Amino acid sequence: MGQNVFAPWTDPAAEPLIRFQNVTKRFGSFVAIDDLTLDIYEQEFFALLGPSGCGKTTLMRMLAGFENASEGRIELAGQDIDGIPPNKRAVNMMFQSYALFPHLSVWDNIAFGLRRDRMAKAEIDARVDEMLKLTRLESFARRKPHQISGGQRQRVALARSLAKAPKLLLLDEPLGALDKKLRQETQFELMDIQEKTGTTFVIVTHDQEEAMTVASRVAVMDHGRIIQVATPEEIYEGPNSVYVADFIGDVNLIEGRATASGEDGYSIEWAAGQPPLSAQSKRPFTDAQRCHLAVRPEKVAISHDRPEADNAVEGRVLDIAYLGNISTYHVELPSGLVIKAQAANTRRIARRDITWEDTVWLSWSASAAVMLAD
Amino acid sequence: MTRLSWFNTVSLTLGFAFLYIPMIILIIYSFNESRLVTVWAGFSTKWYGELIRNEAMLDAAWVTLRVAVMSSTIATVLGTMAAYVLVREGRFFGRTLFSGMIYAPLVMPEVITGLSLLLLFIGLGLDRGILTIVLAHTTFSMCFVSVVVSSRLVTFDRSLEEAALDLGCSPFEAFRLVTLPIIAPAVISGWLLAFTLSLDDLVIASFTSGPSATTLPIKIFSAVRLGVSPEINALSTIMIAIVTVGVITASLVSKRNALRRQKDEQAAVQNA
Ligand SMILES: Nc1ncnc2c1ncn2[C@@H]1O[C@H](COP(=O)(O)OP(=O)(O)OP(=O)(O)O)[C@@H](O)[C@H]1O
Ligand SMILES: [Mg+2]
Repeated sequence: MGQNVFAPWTDPAAEPLIRFQNVTKRFGSFVAIDDLTLDIYEQEFFALLGPSGCGKTTLMRMLAGFENASEGRIELAGQDIDGIPPNKRAVNMMFQSYALFPHLSVWDNIAFGLRRDRMAKAEIDARVDEMLKLTRLESFARRKPHQISGGQRQRVALARSLAKAPKLLLLDEPLGALDKKLRQETQFELMDIQEKTGTTFVIVTHDQEEAMTVASRVAVMDHGRIIQVATPEEIYEGPNSVYVADFIGDVNLIEGRATASGEDGYSIEWAAGQPPLSAQSKRPFTDAQRCHLAVRPEKVAISHDRPEADNAVEGRVLDIAYLGNISTYHVELPSGLVIKAQAANTRRIARRDITWEDTVWLSWSASAAVMLAD
Repeated sequence: MTRLSWFNTVSLTLGFAFLYIPMIILIIYSFNESRLVTVWAGFSTKWYGELIRNEAMLDAAWVTLRVAVMSSTIATVLGTMAAYVLVREGRFFGRTLFSGMIYAPLVMPEVITGLSLLLLFIGLGLDRGILTIVLAHTTFSMCFVSVVVSSRLVTFDRSLEEAALDLGCSPFEAFRLVTLPIIAPAVISGWLLAFTLSLDDLVIASFTSGPSATTLPIKIFSAVRLGVSPEINALSTIMIAIVTVGVITASLVSKRNALRRQKDEQAAVQNA
């Protein structure tokens, strides 16, 4: 990697923009955020991922100033933000529910924050028009929120939060209601804005592909805790737990017992009467320690004949899911375990040679699998 | 247009007759030449002339109007504030007690409210007059306003206020620029309710008014005890006319707003 790759989190001297220190948030006796510690750096595009109810919105609301931490300390640019009201923070938030003002037109909704800053009228006009263009809402400027579609409303909410060009922008599922094409375009627009303005983005999304596309780092949350924070590649290629591996993308999980063999190498007993699988791991495992082998479907090759590979297992094709550019083969092993393998559809359907009930070989290299402790 | 069945025609006629025949009779007799209410003696507008010369009556009307405007305005401000705090501020010490207490005047017999206010004013040494009537009307109409406004506020999406704060509003600006415009219809209905309550209140006003200020309902009531005069009919007809004009204006204004909105929508569609 080059010298000027953007990775402030690897630099111990870098000052984070946002710092959560052992933050806990309780609603009554319910713990929504559980002893969370996290640094987010300036100009990051930070994605929060996690199942519904895991505390993503709560985390953002604490940054925006609508909730106070029950315990711990939150710093923004080195300053403790406890007790600073929302209107005194250089933070804007796009609400999951959009929260558009129903009595104002689209235009006035977007201009709302600018007017509070006592900006000159001509400047406001220019800025609002710019935002309308960016979100392709020019022709809806005079309508009220109830006169436009759900996706258009989402774009108004996005435009309104972007308009003030804040230092920190919190986006709570900003693109969920958009169709795929518009979503991709908006994602690139966001990345573009981010590059131009240097704004720090924290974004909540349910779409991992989106997180992978836009984020500098991704945090996977569960029950108010952060399970792993890493770059998209690291999260995908080197998940630190079964939970993360399973949550991000598709994965085959094979349970077994590890025995060291060679440097960083392990052989894994996974089914009676089957040769052990070989895998590599930087994380040490003790002998006979229970472990899970995580293999991504696209790293599993499928063939009729037994291939030369570190790991090869035989099975029967149970199902084929045709996804256009690729197909996913569900293969049942003699042990009953079903393994998914993905192959690119380089040929037309009629000429494909693997079909239902075929006996096939699945294979992957020792370095393709990730070993995860329980 | 579809024709109504005979059953619907009859029920419609009966219903409207029930509502309006008394008023129509009153209007007709206000143009009666004769002093006797029950005998028709030809058309005349002389009772209207008499009314204009009756200064006591005009005074009372003026007092009533001023009291209604002042008390309903104060009641709207106080009632809206109370509703806002009770609905918004979640749990604070004594909230349940407060929200229960604000509804108590709704069910309290007017005689008791009037009497207790009278005792209070005497205790404070306040001379009974316009001020005391305004205070009394504010007291009892405030809870009506607060009920109307808080029923709107409970369905009000809190995140709208948060969005306003987030975009740089102070809490007061957020209320003025976002909350108030959205709940305005409820606030206006609250005001109208307080206004009409004050206009036709007889019981509480008779406890709290003094010789220096008499309201119209008191005046009419005491006049009628000496016998119904056509002058009262004329006065009532004028009141009916004022109310009718008010209602028609209100509906015209809202219709015009609806039309304008429709035009906006069409314009937006054409631009799209
Ligand atoms: N004001 C509140 N009072 C009580 N519990 C709350 C409150 N706000 C949130 N919670 C709870 O805290 C948990 C986290 O909520 P949060 O809104 O942060 O979830 P989320 O991760 O944003 O979920 P989603 O993806 O569905 O938006 C939920 O279980 C929720 O029920
Ligand atoms: Mg949420």
